[in-house]
Amino acid sequence: MGHHSVPNNPITGIPDHVEKATLEGKNKYVAFWFFLGGETTLFASLFGTYIGLHNSGAKEGLRSYDIFEMGLVFIMTMLLLTSSLTSVLAMMAMKRNDVKKMKMWLIITLALGLAFLAGEIYEFNHYYHIGHTFTSSAFGSAFYTLVGFHGAHVLFGLLWITTLLVRNWNRGITVVNAPKFYVSSLYWHFIDVVWVFIFSVVYLMGMVK
Amino acid sequence: MGTHTMGMPKKKSGIMDWLTTVDHKKIGILYIMSGLFFLLVGGVEALMIRFQLIKPMNDFVSGELFNQLITMHGTTMIFLAAMPMLIGYMNAAVPLQIGARDVAFPFLNALGFWLFFFGGVLLNLSWFFGAAPNAGWTAYAPLSTVPESLGVDFYALGLQISGFGTLMGGINFLVTILNMRAPGMKLMRMPLFTWTAFVASALIVFAFPPLTVGLFLLTFERLFGAHFFDPAAGGNIVIWEHLFWIFGHPEVYILILPAFGIFSEIIPTFARKRLFGYTTMVFATMLIGFLGFMVWVHHMFTVGLGPVANAIFAVATMAIAVPTGVKIFNWLFTLWGGKLTFPVAMLYSVAFIPSFLVGGMTGVMLSVAPADYQYHDSYFVVAHFHYVIVGGVVFGLFAGLYYWFPLMFGKQLNEFWGKIQFWLFFIGFHLTFFPQHILGLTGMPRRVFTYLPNQGWETMNLLSSIGAGFMGVSTIVLVVSIAAALMSKEYVKRDVWGDGRTLEWTLPVPTPEYNFAQTPLVKGLDTYWLEKMAGNKTVSVSEEVGDIHMPNNTILPFVMSVGLFLAGLGFILRLDYGTVGLVVALIGLATTLVAMFLRSWIDDEGYYIPKSVIEEDLRLEAEKEAK
Amino acid sequence: MVVKKSGKMLFRLLPIGLMALLLSGCGIPELSALQPRGEGAQMQLEIIKLSLWVMLFVLAIVAVIYIYVLMKFRRKAGDNTVPKQVEGNHTLEIIWTVIPILLLVVLAVPTIKTTVELADAKEAKKNEIINVTANLYWWEFEYPDKGVSTGQELVIPVGKRVAVNLTSKDVIHSFWVPALSGKTDTNPGLENEMWLQAQEAGTYYGKCAELCGPSHALMDFKVIALEQDDYDAWLKDMKSAKEAETKQLDAKNEKNWTTGEQVYAQNCLSCHGGGKVAPSLTNFGDRQRIAGYLDHDKESLEKWIRNPQKEKQGTKMPGFSEDQISDEDLSELADYLLDKKLQ
Repeated sequence: MGHHSVPNNPITGIPDHVEKATLEGKNKYVAFWFFLGGETTLFASLFGTYIGLHNSGAKEGLRSYDIFEMGLVFIMTMLLLTSSLTSVLAMMAMKRNDVKKMKMWLIITLALGLAFLAGEIYEFNHYYHIGHTFTSSAFGSAFYTLVGFHGAHVLFGLLWITTLLVRNWNRGITVVNAPKFYVSSLYWHFIDVVWVFIFSVVYLMGMVK
Repeated sequence: MGTHTMGMPKKKSGIMDWLTTVDHKKIGILYIMSGLFFLLVGGVEALMIRFQLIKPMNDFVSGELFNQLITMHGTTMIFLAAMPMLIGYMNAAVPLQIGARDVAFPFLNALGFWLFFFGGVLLNLSWFFGAAPNAGWTAYAPLSTVPESLGVDFYALGLQISGFGTLMGGINFLVTILNMRAPGMKLMRMPLFTWTAFVASALIVFAFPPLTVGLFLLTFERLFGAHFFDPAAGGNIVIWEHLFWIFGHPEVYILILPAFGIFSEIIPTFARKRLFGYTTMVFATMLIGFLGFMVWVHHMFTVGLGPVANAIFAVATMAIAVPTGVKIFNWLFTLWGGKLTFPVAMLYSVAFIPSFLVGGMTGVMLSVAPADYQYHDSYFVVAHFHYVIVGGVVFGLFAGLYYWFPLMFGKQLNEFWGKIQFWLFFIGFHLTFFPQHILGLTGMPRRVFTYLPNQGWETMNLLSSIGAGFMGVSTIVLVVSIAAALMSKEYVKRDVWGDGRTLEWTLPVPTPEYNFAQTPLVKGLDTYWLEKMAGNKTVSVSEEVGDIHMPNNTILPFVMSVGLFLAGLGFILRLDYGTVGLVVALIGLATTLVAMFLRSWIDDEGYYIPKSVIEEDLRLEAEKEAK
Repeated sequence: MVVKKSGKMLFRLLPIGLMALLLSGCGIPELSALQPRGEGAQMQLEIIKLSLWVMLFVLAIVAVIYIYVLMKFRRKAGDNTVPKQVEGNHTLEIIWTVIPILLLVVLAVPTIKTTVELADAKEAKKNEIINVTANLYWWEFEYPDKGVSTGQELVIPVGKRVAVNLTSKDVIHSFWVPALSGKTDTNPGLENEMWLQAQEAGTYYGKCAELCGPSHALMDFKVIALEQDDYDAWLKDMKSAKEAETKQLDAKNEKNWTTGEQVYAQNCLSCHGGGKVAPSLTNFGDRQRIAGYLDHDKESLEKWIRNPQKEKQGTKMPGFSEDQISDEDLSELADYLLDKKLQ
């Protein structure tokens, strides 16, 4: 009847590829890849806008190479990259039906994401105080829009994974919740990849005078 | 299975059923009815435009009101009439064509509809605040960032909300078509309408996000003081144009490809002949979809991007003519050697070929960049895109309506009045838009609310306005005809056209909520036709009769959309009504978030229709057939 | 009998009617892209014609097949047979893929050539450079090398390509003189260039071709092509007229101002004097239209000054009530303005 079409693996006690064991799971999986395709053009448009307006209208002393705090950005990058790794470890635990490990790795992922977000808020606040604001120039508008969209994605990811964790805390891993965990981790990786581009295009290239 | 409730939930009645439905057939009807409503609204706007232009220096409307009319006409027709109606047909036909019991995400499907609907309502609410958007449907900055009028806020937020809905629809249909096909329904056996729905959905997924970004930038600029399009603060006005057209050109194909699909269903049916060059048609569809992303700059030839960019995009644009031409010839050779009959659906399909061809011809002419310097933003362009959008898309919408109406409602539109409606519309269409080519070439810019006498434009404008009157009368006939059909008690039989080729025509009338009592087994392209030719009354099945799993109805999609609607309205009114606006916005956002939370918290595993009910349905149907 | 007669009349009138329709189909020579009076429009019409012929060729082929199919393959009453089911035909499909590609190559080559040619303003720059600035809802034309500036009417020499630099002060507009050349957008914050050439002396109508607000339709301008000698004289006259005006309207001369001059200096000069905030009025008397589209007479002028918003919704020009300018003063002002002509 569609729900349990794949038999359980005798060792793990859940089906192999538990995230795609049902039609619903498969649907979620495919849909999420298409969604990420759309997200890609969303960020591509934001990057295009940013590149077009890079340093445009910014006063002397408020150009990208004057203001960016590379040390902090580097630490944030490391945090987010590590969180991608821990989310992979969580998914590996999920496929082994190791609920405890999965929860642990997810909580670490959340903590790293939260730390990243805190760093970003600190960074924005710092820029704001030296005069680089959303309305100070076209560059300011484009910068906060691109980086802020990414930050909002991180925030949404945190809320999403938290809700999943809380809701499924005592439910074990099932063919119903596994796809949800799985696509949320896909989302998390996507956020990470976008950040790599932000790090290169906004920050690294921004240091060039 | 133990966790699922076996008993069927109590049927909701009347309006609650429509507000909570997740059944693709009902959602299809909701889309089409809302689309038709907005078609009428956009039509009234069009008539007002043409009435204003019937003679030189007419003062029926002011320049400001005229700009609001053209903006709302374009926006309404594209986002709120044409696209929803096409998505309505996708809902009504695609799951049935591939032998599925529903779409992949019934909940998302309902949410997509309600988002579109409330986005449209928000946009049209602007009229009641005396401030409809006035910067054209293209909303070029910085005209669209002038803060004095609220109009563009309604545009940006209304389209944003309905755009989310469309994006969800796009993803849903991609997954439905990939994952929900019946056994044997290989990709290259799918009906062409399903194929075009697939490609159009892919275009939605990749083309809408740039619009989303553009609308965000516009909203940020208007509501929060950003400077993307403000040259004084380093902004660049061309960014909006790029983002808009990176979306806008694929949008044309989002509209026209499903219309192509509709014609590709109707022509073989009434020619009694399989589609000529099916494989080529599929690849031509994909190629058009792909090239659709490579040509947006042809809307911007006069922006000053330089001769190199203009030349490259000119040639890329010309390339699209090749797969489109292939399609035209394939339709012609489907007709060739067929046994043609001409119900209204077929009349529209046959009339589409030369009408759309003219639009395609002027399309190639427009791709010639240096010539476009003359055509651009003149009435020639207005003529061109109405030949494509009306002669292609609207003909397709009407053809689809006559063709699938019996499938959706179990009743048929009157053919006699349909033919009158067709001829009025066909004549009115050409009379309205053909003269506009000449107006453009003789120097009349588009979007002008009036014109001086003695510039050589009187005759053509008069003809054009008369033509619009014909189309108006035709639309009234259509509305009356639909109302009459809905009120009649005469139900049609299964396979109403007698020559149905695809799976949707194998279903009993009205279609049961679970669609297929037994999932069919597909044996080839036009599987129903193949079975008929083999002497079978209906198609083979791939499973025994059993319990059927169904999703539960839910009010949450409606609530979420109402929430976003309030949030949008609140943000817009924030400027004029201060705190009240902000409170409304926050209530709206909270409503949506709570509904989203409930959705992810409450387990909703649906219910089963027991085998006994299905068997009873099958028995009754067999009795009906025997009579 | 009557019916028959009028029917005959109609029949006789038909060719005349068609002829009239055909003639009105070409527009008026001052404004029509179909009656080019400039090199640019000429090149554009050539390529329009080429593309039209190519497309009509395709149309003809489709029309023949279409009509044949619709006449030949109708189902006869009672015919319930099933026609042969044809999957496709590779030869045919290759033909109708390859031939359109060839046709498009025929079109693509001149497209690229003309695009490049129209973008090349090198030669034009040697002749004259004119800065065009679009405003809500008027046009400023500046001759930077000549120290001359005017509004609403662009004067160019016949037979020579002149370079035109285009920008806008507010929203996007588009500069279009159909009889001389296709349009180029005027973008705020950016500059575009094109060239313009008129083959014969005369007045050509210019239009704003990008939606710019409620009075977009009324943002007309004129291009006046003069023979070279007349053009040179015009530049000289403009310059001396402007100098004379500046001198005369100097506050030191206030005591010998006429009433018209006085009203003008007090109410109009601050915006119109520089020709940047509002159109220069140095040669206002020579203009063909007031505010781009109103009749050039005293009545319209007075109406315009009293309530410009009524005539041109959204214009930046403020209205002047009777408290600000009395009826008599207005009449004097109008006379003064209409008399501001070059020698």
